[in-house]
Amino acid sequence: MTIDKKQNGSELTLTLSGRLDTTTAPQLEEALKESISGIEALEFDFGALEYMSSAGLRVLLAAQKKMNKQGKMVVKNVNDVIMEVFEVTGFVDILTIE
Amino acid sequence: MKELTVDATVENIEVVTDFVNEQLEALSCSMKAQMQIDIAIDELFGNIANYAYDPEVGPATVRVEVVDAPLSVVITFIDHGVPYDPLKQEDPDTTRAAEEREIGGLGIYIVKKSMDEISYEYKDGQNILRIRKNI
Repeated sequence: MTIDKKQNGSELTLTLSGRLDTTTAPQLEEALKESISGIEALEFDFGALEYMSSAGLRVLLAAQKKMNKQGKMVVKNVNDVIMEVFEVTGFVDILTIE
Repeated sequence: MKELTVDATVENIEVVTDFVNEQLEALSCSMKAQMQIDIAIDELFGNIANYAYDPEVGPATVRVEVVDAPLSVVITFIDHGVPYDPLKQEDPDTTRAAEEREIGGLGIYIVKKSMDEISYEYKDGQNILRIRKNI
């Protein structure tokens, strides 16, 4: 997985490509830890993300909880397979998916 | 039938995924089914890697078979670590808000929902977990 980070003041966009799974989730966790402080608008672009396992959900949930306190978070360009993961786990109600 | 035995480690999830994908590609499996199977491998082999032999490292075998009527792929995960039936895990409450969410149990739940069949048995000192997906 690769993570492309773009920050503009208090806005942060993370563009992910590849697979967000047990092996790669710690990379995203690390990227968020480095950058989330002071962010008021966090955007995930999943356009090039192939799939996600529960390891990815865990990181997204932690990010959502953090952003509930300090701003907003959106997830964009979610493919079918990932959308099904969000649906069966009820994450569609937790995340803002655009 | 093809079979691969490797150390059950998180690093080997990718090795197992590549091995299974190779078989799936030969079957012209749909991209969607393949990705759902890859997710299942991450969850199931990942569990074995994290818990079966903890804190030691032990082997796990992954077997891929193709069956007919309906055409499907059957993947069997075998380890001889601590007996553990993931199907006994209670389904997570998927209606809770972010603040009350617990992450435990989501992985196996995703696998249950995306595969056509999942079964577990403990036999001859081995955890045998089997998934079937129509392709």
